[in-house]
Parts: sequence; C-alpha cells; structure tokens
Amino acid sequence: MRYTLLLHYPELTPEELGPDGIAHGQQAFTAYAATLQAAGVLVGAEVLQPSVATTTVRSVDGVLQVQDGPFADTKEQLGGTFVIDVPDLDAALAWARQAPSVTWGPVEVRPGALHTVDGSWVPSA
Amino acid sequence: MSADEARAAAERAARDSYGRLLALLAAAAGDVALAQDALSTAFEQALRTWPSAGVPRNPDGWLLTVARHRVRDVWRSAAHRTSVPLDETVAASTTDPLADLDPDAVPDRRLALLLVCAHPAIAPEVRTPLMLQAVLGLQAAQVARLFSVPPATMAQRLVRAKRRIATARVPFVVPGRSELVERLPAVLEAVYGAAAATWRQDGRGLAGEAQHLAVVLATLLEDDAEAWALAALVTFALARRSTGPFVPLDEQDATAWRGDLVAEGEAYLRRAEGPGVPGRFRLEAAIQAVHCDRRRTGVTDWPALRLLYLALDAVAPSLGARVALAAVVGRLDGPDAGLAALPPEPVPAFQPWWATRAALLARTDRHDEATAAYRRAADLAGDVDVRDHLLGRAREAADRRGAPVTST
Repeated sequence: MRYTLLLHYPELTPEELGPDGIAHGQQAFTAYAATLQAAGVLVGAEVLQPSVATTTVRSVDGVLQVQDGPFADTKEQLGGTFVIDVPDLDAALAWARQAPSVTWGPVEVRPGALHTVDGSWVPSA
Repeated sequence: MSADEARAAAERAARDSYGRLLALLAAAAGDVALAQDALSTAFEQALRTWPSAGVPRNPDGWLLTVARHRVRDVWRSAAHRTSVPLDETVAASTTDPLADLDPDAVPDRRLALLLVCAHPAIAPEVRTPLMLQAVLGLQAAQVARLFSVPPATMAQRLVRAKRRIATARVPFVVPGRSELVERLPAVLEAVYGAAAATWRQDGRGLAGEAQHLAVVLATLLEDDAEAWALAALVTFALARRSTGPFVPLDEQDATAWRGDLVAEGEAYLRRAEGPGVPGRFRLEAAIQAVHCDRRRTGVTDWPALRLLYLALDAVAPSLGARVALAAVVGRLDGPDAGLAALPPEPVPAFQPWWATRAALLARTDRHDEATAAYRRAADLAGDVDVRDHLLGRAREAADRRGAPVTST
C-alpha cells in the first residue's frame, strides 16, 4: 500500500537558517532517505524550492490566470514529499514520526489511490 | 434464572458471537463495513433456513462460512466493475485473506477490533459509537439515542469512520507490549465513554451492554490493572442502577442495590490490585466500592473517600474530582469548609460545580444563593430527570427563606 508523506513546515531563508542549520537539515534528509531506501520502502521523494519560487495557474470565471505565489498563503508550506510503500497505516505513521522535518511542522500521511506505471493508472492499494 | 435473566444471557451470548465473528471477518477483509454487511447477510440467511433445516452443529462456523462467501462475492463484483482499466493489477492481487479462516475454530480477535475502533486515526468522539456497533452489534439508531445525536448524523459519522479504516488501511493487529501500553488509554477511555453515556437516566437501557464491553476488554487483556478497575467501576455503577426519578447517590436506598453485581465488581477490583501507583480507574473504582459498601455497613466511609479523592486529584487531576472532593469535605468538616474547598467558578460553566455549591449553600442557610445555584445547575443539566430533581431542590431552598436558622 502506497502512502505519501507531505512535509509542511515554516519557510526560513538561508540567512535565518545559518550554515549550521542548512548543513544539519541536509544531513537529516540524506539520512532519512537512506534509511527508507535500506528498508526497501522508498518509492520516490522530492524536496521543493520555497514557495516564493512557485507560480500558480488557476481558472477564474472560466479564464486561466497565472499568478505568482502559492495556492494557499499559510505560515507552513508544503516543503517536500516522500512516497513510501508499506503494509499499513501504522507502518506509515512509524515512518512519519521519523521524518526530519517533524519537529518544525506537521507531516500529513495520505494513502495513495492510484499511481501511474508507464503512463497507465494502477491501484496503489 | 428468571425469564428476563435468561433473555439477557441469550442476548449477551449472541453479542459475543457477533463481536467475535465481526472481528475475524473485519481483520481478514481490512474493512469493518464490508464485514458488517456480510455478517448481517449470514444472520438473515440463518433466520430463513435454521427453522426448517435445524440449527447447525457449529452455528458460529456456519455463519462465518456464509459471511465469507458474501465478502468474496462483493470483492468479485468490485473487481468486475474496475477491471476495464485496471485488469492486470486486479488479477495480480487476488490472494484471498479469507482463505485462512477456519470455520471450526473461531479465535477471539476482538482486542484488535477494539484497538482499531480507538486508533489515533479515528476521531475521539466516534470511537465509543464505533465500538458499540462493531463489537456489540448495536444498531446505529440505538447508539444515536445513547449519545442524543440524530440517527442520520450518527449513521454518517460511523460510515465515515469505517470508510477511513478501510481506505487508510488501519491494521487489525495487537501491537507489541510497549506500543500497546501507549494505545490502551484511548481504548479504556472509549469503553468508559460507553458506560458514562448509560449513567444518564435515559441511557440506562444499555448499561448492561456497556458493562459487558468493559468486562470483555479486561478479559482479553488478561492482566491489565486499569482494565479490571474499569470493569469494576462500571459494574458497581450497574449495581446501583435504578429506574424512576433521579435520586442523589448518598440518598439512595442501599438495600435496593444488587448484591450480586456489587460482589462481581469487588472481584474485578481485586484483580486490579498490584504494586505501583494506582491508576485513575483503580481510584475511581475504589471510590465506587466505598459507596457500594454502604449496602453492607449502612454508613458511608467519608474519610476513606477523602483520601481516595485526594489521590485521584494527584494521579489524574480533573474538575470533576475536585468538585467531588469539596462535597466530601463538606460532609466531614461542614458546609463552610466544603465551600472553601470548591475550586473557583469554572468557565465554561460546569453543572456538578453548581449542584455541589447549591447543596453546600443550602446547609449554611444561605437560601437565596442556594436557590439561584440550584436553578443554574438545573439549567446546565442535560438530563431531564436530573433537571427536575434540581428544580425541586431550588423550590425547597426558596421555601426555607425566612425560616428559622437551623444548625447542621
């Protein structure tokens, strides 16, 4: 069963983080990915650029508009995703507890419904 | 055994059977709603065929076999519906988890089902209703009545919770010791919630069911002190159950309480004894045991109650326990001491605080204040019988205005 871990956390600038903070964060993400890989549960992962780099396309009264900035302007932003394949919710929650960002912000654990294999949808359960 | 007792025993046996079969089917299918549907189909079929064909040698095994077929039928039709775009994967995932179920040996997996009902992924307010429905087989409408919620609302909450269990794949397992210890408080809390709901005057028809649930949980856990204490607590409350208008505990006729249930509660409480700091339920059960002992001795041991409430306030501080402690202090040291022991007026308003304050004020002959406090308590009472009782007390206090001051 596939679950996506959605990592939300407040966005800090490199200046706010400092060189030690950046190094510590990189180390934590490297170790987490390696641990998931070694356990044979990692399907894929992505760390996103801060939301200042995001552009949003939306339909307003039937007209497509392109706007700078994120969809939702919240203190915590989606910062990264991990897709894991584990037997059940308890296993997924156990991995979520170990997410490197969990002390900074919430980790949402969302069961997968479908995913693509060679461009075709297959069930994730 | 009276006819009523026999009927109760038969219903309990049927509930036990239901819970065991449902736990097994739900665990195999990972889906409580599907298991319920399959089991009710099996029960319907039993009602149709058993009268003419006779009751099978192993009724549970028979029901399990029929229900299992029903689950497979649903799976097959679901697979058929989605097989157009998803043909290959469905063919690949046809390993049947129901294949391992042995109809001749029905193991008890109800602990796993109770843990699923009280899983952290399930909203706290739906955990107790889910247990009552899944483990005891109560109808959604009965559960709705117990929690004073419209039947459609309750049905929808239950459907959503069950969908969540299946979609998020909440596992039907009993975790290892350390994780079990972490997750048990939520299970105990939900079972306590079932019992507490039956303590309202209009919920008492299901008090026996809630007590049964607590005993089932304690039995399944074998040696958990708090679970046995909870079973004791709920059994003592059941022993004092009465019909008719509300009567405060210390004014109830103790000889009318059921001696067999008091003895049963005492036996459960003995199983909760052990080294270490007693937990919240052990202290609450001990408090109930002291009250029930009035049946034997004719008096209430107020000093023992003071000690127990002080311990409860230290182990599990709560507004309810501090208000109850103030009432006990009022018994022992007089109403002024009781009023001094009451915590400051809570916000939001707390009905027992106002009822306790009213009773203490009445004993200090501050009848105007007592009348107002009783009325406030009555306004806050969710239960009609309790409200009527408090309004009666308010009238009595009002009548005493201007009466000569009496010593208490």
